[in-house]
Amino acid sequence: MSRRAQSPASMVPPSVAATAGISRRSFLRSAAIGGALLGSSGLLSACGGGGGGESSKTVTFGMNETGDQPAAQRLRAMAEAYQKKSGIKVKRNEVSHNTFQENINTYLQGNPDDVFTWFAGYRMNQFAEQGLIADLSDVWPIDGMADSFKQASTASDGKQYFVPKDYYPWAVFYRKSVFEKNGFEPPTTFDEMTTLAKKMKAKGMVPFAFGDKDGWPAMGTFDILNMRINGYQFHMDLMKGEKAWDSAEVKQVFETWRGLLPYHQPDPLGRIWQEAAQTLGKGEAGMFLFGTFIVDGIPDVEDDLDFFTYPEMDASIGATALDAPIDGFCMSAASDNTDAAKKFLSFLGTPEAANAANDNADAPFIAANSNASTKTYSALQKKSVEVVSQAKDIAQFLDRDTRADFASTVMIPSLQTWLGKPDDIDGVTKSIQQQKVSIFGS
Amino acid sequence: MTQAGLAAVDVEETESATGAAPPKRPSRRLSPRDRAVVIVMVTVPTLVVVGLVWVPAIASVVLSFANWSGIGGLDTIQWIGTKNYTDIATIYPPFWPAIRHNLIWVTFLFLVPTMLGILLAVLLDREMRGSRVYQTAFFMPVVLSLALIGFIWQLFYSRDQGLLNQVLGTKIDWYGDPSVNLWAVLVATAWRHTGYIMLIYLAGLKGVDNSLREAAAVDGAGEVKTFFHVIFPAMRPINLIVLVIVVIESLRAFDLVWVVNQGRNGLEIIAALVTANVVGEASRIGFGSALATIMMLISSIFIALYLRVVMKEERQ
Repeated sequence: MSRRAQSPASMVPPSVAATAGISRRSFLRSAAIGGALLGSSGLLSACGGGGGGESSKTVTFGMNETGDQPAAQRLRAMAEAYQKKSGIKVKRNEVSHNTFQENINTYLQGNPDDVFTWFAGYRMNQFAEQGLIADLSDVWPIDGMADSFKQASTASDGKQYFVPKDYYPWAVFYRKSVFEKNGFEPPTTFDEMTTLAKKMKAKGMVPFAFGDKDGWPAMGTFDILNMRINGYQFHMDLMKGEKAWDSAEVKQVFETWRGLLPYHQPDPLGRIWQEAAQTLGKGEAGMFLFGTFIVDGIPDVEDDLDFFTYPEMDASIGATALDAPIDGFCMSAASDNTDAAKKFLSFLGTPEAANAANDNADAPFIAANSNASTKTYSALQKKSVEVVSQAKDIAQFLDRDTRADFASTVMIPSLQTWLGKPDDIDGVTKSIQQQKVSIFGS
Repeated sequence: MTQAGLAAVDVEETESATGAAPPKRPSRRLSPRDRAVVIVMVTVPTLVVVGLVWVPAIASVVLSFANWSGIGGLDTIQWIGTKNYTDIATIYPPFWPAIRHNLIWVTFLFLVPTMLGILLAVLLDREMRGSRVYQTAFFMPVVLSLALIGFIWQLFYSRDQGLLNQVLGTKIDWYGDPSVNLWAVLVATAWRHTGYIMLIYLAGLKGVDNSLREAAAVDGAGEVKTFFHVIFPAMRPINLIVLVIVVIESLRAFDLVWVVNQGRNGLEIIAALVTANVVGEASRIGFGSALATIMMLISSIFIALYLRVVMKEERQ
C-alpha cells in the first residue's frame, strides 16, 4: 500500500524514476560516478552495452526496462519482432529504469547502444544540442504519426531526433459508479467543475485526491492550470526559460491554484500518489488529476474508471492543450552502425512494431502510431486515443519540457514549499525566478 | 619483529621525517625482496588514498568554482568564480534549513539515543532476568539498513493509513508536515542508534575490571556514584568511540531522508542536497560540488577535533 510501487515504469514520469524509490545500488553507482566528478567516459561500462563496432548484422538496443513488467515485455517483443523480420540480431541491454535514468549522461558519453529508449520534448532537445544523439530526419515522415508527435520529436534545429513509441495523457479521473450514485455529471467548464467540487465537499468527500510526496505530481496541476490560463505557447516559453517566473501570468496560476486548494486533499506532502489514488478508488475522493497510469495504483477499479479533460477556463484559450508525455527511441551519436540503427528505428515507429508489443505483453500501451491496432486496448486507452487526437497542442509534462536540473532542484522543492504555505505566492515566484536566472543564465 | 616489519617501521619513520635530517642510524641494506615488499606496502595504500580520497576531494573543490553539466569535454567547463557559493547562500532556499537540520541531527543524536543507549547498557550489564532478550530486542534494528528503516516507519507514519494516526486518532502528516517530519525521522533514527550505542557500551562495560566496582562498593559509593566516578572515567576509550560514532552517523544521515522524500520539504540535509544536484540527469556538477565542499569543511571541523583529542591521548 504505502510502498513505492515500481509500477510499469515507462509510464512513470521521469522525475519519479530519477528520484523516487532509488535503489541503494543504483545510488551508490551514481554516487561513485558523481563523486569522481570527472564525467569520465569509461566508468559506466556496466551500464553501456556492447556499443557499435560490430557488423551491420547486429544492432544494439539499450532498454530502460527490465524484469517481468509489461513495459519490458513490450520492448522485448518489439526487438524480437524486428529480429525475426529482418534477420538482423538485436542485442538487448536491459537496465532498470532508475539506473538508466540516473546514468544517462555518463551512458551517452561512454559506449552507448546504437538505439536506446528515451523521452520526447526538451530533454530530447537537450541531448540533440549537446550532440549526444543523432539526426533521424531521414527516418521521418513516419506513416501514421500525427503532426503533434512529429513536433515533439523535433529539436530546436528543426530536425527530428526521436521516434515515438507510446504516450499517456493526463486528465481528471473519476469513478463512474460514484458519479452515478450521487448524480454528478462530468463538468465541461471550470465553473461547473468548482460547483461539482463544492457539492462533493458538502457530501463529505474530498473533491480532488492529491499526493505530492514525490514532488512531481503537483507539476501536473501546474501544467494544466498554466495551459488553461495562459495558453500552450506561454507555457512552453516559460518552460524553455524565455518567460519570467515572477510575472503576473505565473502569479495568476498560483492564485487560481490557491483558490482550488481547499478542494484538494489536505497535507499532500506526506502522501504518495498511490495513496491518493486509493482514496479515489475507495470513493472517498471524487476526482483525481493524473496520468492514465493511475490504473497501476488502483487496478481493482479499472473498469469503473473514466476521465474528462481539464475544462476550459478562458474561452479565448480553450481546452485544446494537455500533458501527454511521449516515450520513444533515439539513436546515439556515438553509434558507428548508423544504417542498421536507422532501419531498426524505422521499424520501431511502425504499427507492426506497436502491435507486436501489445500482442505479447500482459498490458498494452497506447501506441503513438495511429495506425496501430487498438484491439488490445482497455476502454480507458481507447478514450485516451480519442482525447489526444482531438488535442491541438501536446505538452510533455513539466519535468520533460524544461531543463532536468531546473525541474528537479528548483521546481520540486519550490512547489512543495509553496504547498506548505500557499499564501506566499510572491515569495515562491521570486525564488523560482532567481534560481531560474542562475541556471538558465538569463 | 621480522626483518620486513622492521624495515617497514624504518621507512615510515623516514617518511614522517620527510627527509629533513639525514637518518642518524646507519642505513640498513634491504634485500631486493624486502625492498619490493616495502614498495608495494607503501605505494598501494598511497595510491588508493590519493586516488579515492584526495583527487576527488580536490576535484570537487576546483569544480565548485565552475558551471558544468558534466557533458562534453573539460573544455566545456565555464569558470564562474564564487558564484555557486553566493547563490547557495542567497537564493538557494534549501541550504540554510539543511545546515540547521544537520546541527539538530547531531545534537539530538547525542542527547537522546546516545544517552538512552548508555543507560540501557548500564541496566543490562546488571545481569537482570531476561537481559539477553532485551539485548536482542534493542539490537534488532541495528542490523537493518537506514533505508529499510525509512520504509518500516512509513507504515507507522503514513497520514491516511499509518498505525500512529489510527491509534492516536489524529490526522498528523508525520512525513509530510515540515514542522514535524524532521522529528519523526529522528525518532526512527534513534530507534536504531540506541541499540547500536547500547551494544558498544555493553561490550565496554563487560571489559571493566570487576575489582574496580568492588573497591568502590567497599568504599561505600552508591550505584550512581560508582558509575560516574569510577566506571565512566575508566571507559574513556569507549566514550571516545561513541562520540565519534555519533558524529559520523549524523553526517551519514543521508539514507533515511532520501528514502522518505529525497531530502526535501523539511528534511533538507547537506548530503541530500549534494546528491540531488549532482546525481542523475540534474548534473549541476559545479553547484553540487560547492555544496560538497561546504560539507567537507564542516566534516573537517569534527575530524580536526577528534584528531586533537586522539593525539593528546597518545602523547599522555
